[in-house]
Amino acid sequence: MRFKDVFSIIGPSMIGPSSSHTAGAVRLGRVARQLLGEQPKKVEITLYGSFADTYRGHGTDLALIGGLLDYETDDPRIPVAAEEAEALGVEIAFLTSKDKADHPNTVRFILSSDTRELSMTGASIGGGNVEIVNVNQFDVKFTAVYPTLVISHHDRPGMIADITALLGRSEINIGFMDLDLKGRDREAMTVIETDVSIPDSLIQELKNLSMIYEIKKVDLAERGE
Amino acid sequence: MRFRTLKQLTEVCASEGLTIAEVMLADQSQESGKPPEYVFEKMRAYYQIMKEAVAKGLTEDTTSRSGLTGKDAQRVASYMTTTEASLGEEACKAMAYALAVSEVNASMGRIIATPTAGSCGIIPGVFISSQQRFGWDDDHMVKGLLSAGAIGYVIANNSFVSGAEGGCQAEVGSAIGMAAGALVELRGGTPEQAMHAVGLALKNTLGLICDPVGGLVEIPCIVRNGFGAVNAMAAADMALAGVRSVIPSDEVVQVMYEVGTAMPEKHRETAKGGLAQTPTGQQIMKELNLGKKQR
Repeated sequence: MRFKDVFSIIGPSMIGPSSSHTAGAVRLGRVARQLLGEQPKKVEITLYGSFADTYRGHGTDLALIGGLLDYETDDPRIPVAAEEAEALGVEIAFLTSKDKADHPNTVRFILSSDTRELSMTGASIGGGNVEIVNVNQFDVKFTAVYPTLVISHHDRPGMIADITALLGRSEINIGFMDLDLKGRDREAMTVIETDVSIPDSLIQELKNLSMIYEIKKVDLAERGE
Repeated sequence: MRFRTLKQLTEVCASEGLTIAEVMLADQSQESGKPPEYVFEKMRAYYQIMKEAVAKGLTEDTTSRSGLTGKDAQRVASYMTTTEASLGEEACKAMAYALAVSEVNASMGRIIATPTAGSCGIIPGVFISSQQRFGWDDDHMVKGLLSAGAIGYVIANNSFVSGAEGGCQAEVGSAIGMAAGALVELRGGTPEQAMHAVGLALKNTLGLICDPVGGLVEIPCIVRNGFGAVNAMAAADMALAGVRSVIPSDEVVQVMYEVGTAMPEKHRETAKGGLAQTPTGQQIMKELNLGKKQR
């Protein structure tokens, strides 16, 4: 089901004018920000399809920037997000592409801070809802409606069992899972959507498993890093 | 959720003796792991934001950033006080409120997407005018939002709710169906009557293209919200009077999907066709782009 709950239909509470081009864009920006794990210093944003055609009129650019600053969809600073980003020293470039994307409202981010880099592609699928389709060249899909763990790891036998066992022991139910491999390097990414928020102590336990490179938590209901 | 289709929704209502709102509340609570009170209070907060948006649109300057739209709600509201509206007072009020919320949206104010921002005026327009008219309390209205949400949930998962995917029928059309079905339940109609209201309403918007001038959620989006509120009330009245949607509502939802899938890209929010590409639409777009370069 693309739309999972009543608040994806009634809601979000948001600054106008467009749920797909403004609120969805804020959420996409926030997911990218949370996947990077800190405020980016340099940002390159490529817009596809209807995003590319109409982004200025909908304030999509301001909304994406607002999301990268970790704003929520109804943050009154969204109309002035570009100025806020400039004041914080975040460098942002917008590009448009004529390439065909799977969904008409697609955006690709390349973010960097002093220590980290991230690429992410996602789409705004209507009503402010989003779908992430690629993270760091891994084809993984998730909606960020629920708390989500994005885990980079080596593709070793038993890895998924180890991860799910730890979650199970903490009585955390998995709502959705996706996985992608990069064949030769045996690098993998696993995405786990959970029913409830994931405590940091559990994330630390997961990080201690062998051959886990990195874990990022995406939780759009939570403020801050 | 225990339902994927409108038929299943009415079956759950019938077998458990519940209203649509009660089923939605129970299932949302189950699905999210949050207590029903949490769900109810979050929805109540959303209803307050809808009321604020109506008030703002009727009293404050809602001129959009493009300068193309604003204050139409105030024009209708003041017309109503001096002239007998052709629609009658109540439908005219619903229309004014729907315009108000839609104009707040266009001027980058705060609204609740129902199901989208482009269609955010219809449910508040119908709900808040009906609340004043019938003297319902806020609890009753929150239940109405849950009913509307259940209907929208089915439409969204079987068809679409974004103009970019399915045209305006998916946004304004869905909102009208949601408002119509919810109004039936708010007025004491059965879940089955509510379902007929949804089908009746959706039939009237099938094929509606998304053709915003300059790509902005302004022309014709705002007036379509005004019309939408009135259409929702008409569909609710038909259903409450016993008019049935002979083509079952789930099948009408499938038609919306079929039509949206076949709709050319230029009529799906790209501003490459329809009203956006009329001589005047093109002229407006040209002026907007000039204005941008000067800034």
